Amino acid sequence: MRADAMSGTRLLYNLRFRAILYQVIAVAGIVLLGLYLFSNVSQKLAEQNIATGFGYLSREAGFVISQTLIDYKPTDTYGRAILAGIVNTVWVSAWSVVLATILGLVVGIARLSRNPLLAFLAFLYVEALRNVPLLLYLFLWYALIVTSLPSVREAWEILPHVFLSNSGLTVPSLVWTSAHTTVLLALVFGGILGVIFHRRATAERIRTGNVRALWPWIVLAVLLPPVLALLLVQPDFAVDLPEKGRFRLTGGAQLRPEFTALLVGLALSASAGIAEIVRSGILSVRKGQWEAARALGLRDGLTMRLVVLPQALRVIIPPLTSSYLSLFKNSSLAIAIGYPDLVMVSNTTMNQTGQAIEGIAIFMLVYLGLSITISVFMNWYNSRVALKER
Amino acid sequence: MIQPKSMVRWLAMSLIASVAAVSAAPASAQSTLDTVKKRGKILCGVSPVAPGFSYADDKGVRRGFDVDICRAVSAAVFADPDKVEYVPLNTNVRFQAVQSGEVDILSRQNTWSFTRDASLGLDFGPVVFYDGQGLMAPSKLNVKSASELADAAICLLPGTTTLQNLEDFFRPKNIKYESVVFENSDEWRNAFFNGRCDAITTDRSDLASVRAIANDPSQYVVLPETISKEPLAPTIRQNDPNWRDILNWSVYTLIGAEEKGVTQANVDEFLKSEDPEVQRMLGVNGDFGKMLGLDNKWGYNIIKSVGNYGEVFDRNLGPKTRLGLTRGPNELWTKGGLLYAPPFR
Repeated sequence: MRADAMSGTRLLYNLRFRAILYQVIAVAGIVLLGLYLFSNVSQKLAEQNIATGFGYLSREAGFVISQTLIDYKPTDTYGRAILAGIVNTVWVSAWSVVLATILGLVVGIARLSRNPLLAFLAFLYVEALRNVPLLLYLFLWYALIVTSLPSVREAWEILPHVFLSNSGLTVPSLVWTSAHTTVLLALVFGGILGVIFHRRATAERIRTGNVRALWPWIVLAVLLPPVLALLLVQPDFAVDLPEKGRFRLTGGAQLRPEFTALLVGLALSASAGIAEIVRSGILSVRKGQWEAARALGLRDGLTMRLVVLPQALRVIIPPLTSSYLSLFKNSSLAIAIGYPDLVMVSNTTMNQTGQAIEGIAIFMLVYLGLSITISVFMNWYNSRVALKER
Repeated sequence: MIQPKSMVRWLAMSLIASVAAVSAAPASAQSTLDTVKKRGKILCGVSPVAPGFSYADDKGVRRGFDVDICRAVSAAVFADPDKVEYVPLNTNVRFQAVQSGEVDILSRQNTWSFTRDASLGLDFGPVVFYDGQGLMAPSKLNVKSASELADAAICLLPGTTTLQNLEDFFRPKNIKYESVVFENSDEWRNAFFNGRCDAITTDRSDLASVRAIANDPSQYVVLPETISKEPLAPTIRQNDPNWRDILNWSVYTLIGAEEKGVTQANVDEFLKSEDPEVQRMLGVNGDFGKMLGLDNKWGYNIIKSVGNYGEVFDRNLGPKTRLGLTRGPNELWTKGGLLYAPPFR
């Protein structure tokens, strides 16, 4: 390289330098524009006498949210109300993802079945769910639950103390205390210990070929922590039985129709998309793999589980990520059927405080943050199942 | 492929253009009256569907009590009540629509409250309807009072003062209840009609609308308690005193005309009235219209095209309509109500 290669004019002709320069200019431009817009908005809001800032988050919310996972009372702050909304959003999305994945896998495989009736039914399922907007399905499921089930006063007692009505499914519940949480944590800890023991035993067996009787240790590892915790904290196993009050069933745990309709709606519509993704993934695995597996004497189910699906996953995971993302974002339709998710709580907050810009900013941050979390997790999983070329 | 040089130029240009556009837009604060006159019509924010207050009739023409307030202002400004474009707004976007200038007047069932007045960059016109939040339950539940609603499920709409009023009412009584909140008012009503909730709550005027829609209105009973004060008032942007005066005095003209017995039918005869206040109100005497930047006949135009307050009320909400509301507090002060127009002098 000549000495003058790094002088100013030369540098400008350096392709790599130019590429970086353009990107820096672009980013700086966008940042400047953003700052400008922000200062402009703040100035105009101040001129119009509109309150700004996030100070309102620490004011008392003063409204009831009926279905929360975390403790929330109307005397809590707007910040906590919004947090309760976020937790509700995550809760319903997470369960929907699990349900949709299982259903989608089953239906996707069924679509490829050699049984024409089964394949046709799966085809109908997919087409019916993919070609109608989710919102209409949400209204449909909700209307079905609310109109077809009896009112609370005529609730069906399907099992002793288990009631089904248009206010949901009510079951007896344990009176949960911190002692129960301790035992549950100990149980999880024991489970993790058990897995670690099991893995080590397997590794040991592969390395040495010795089959050592490790199972008593594993059982001990799994059971010891919870048993110890039980003896230590001695939780009280009181049961809260639902009873018919004047209007509602009081006590017990409740699966409400708003949550159920949203869960079913999200899971079913996403499962149709996932079924198609699974089908394309399976079809992408060459026929020779099936034949080879059969030649080894594997039955169809085992071939699917051990040979085909692991290879199909490479094709399945990336579009599956976008399915999960849209499911999660679609959960914001909850407001249409009265489930208190982030959008509903934020809307109420925005209206009571009038601070819409801040409210929307929180929305965007939360949805962006959670979406990125899902993407990062799925990308990690994708790199794990990706074909490893050796 | 785009050449790097042209791309930089493009980027720079678009950046300059966007900054220029952003800074140019809000720079000149024109008076609302000028803007409205130049545009040739008033943009009026109303409820999408609220029988009696704002709804489209079978010919698709928007009608109702809130609509008539905008028609009165239009008559004052343009001598024509129909120079109005209606913008249906739900509870979530209504105030932003006023702040951003999307509408010139928000004539909707919205409550005048301290925070809204002081922190939202809004001004409120005179109260056009004195309302209060109430509760309604199916008559078969045999509920006599809202205080009996312990453990009941109550259907609500979001984004109003409703949710907090309910809490303020029940909390001191230590009554627990379940709230079920809907964004969409159709779903909200249906959930109540289908028995998902034991009671429904909103302003009493709105309860009357809900009841009017029910298959059998007699199966629902409005409970006696009024749990809040809901003075419903039209809303405009802050810092335009002239526009505010126009709105205020258009409403006061409706009220004042009723007090003086001036109606849509007899307003022409009243032009010959000896009463000096009526003469000023109708623009026979004085320069009252000019003071507002309007035609002197503005008051006459309002009454001639929409009638007085009582006529507007009877036509949209009164006992002969589906809503069947009585005047209650919305009666003239001379008849024991709360409606009072300052003197036209």
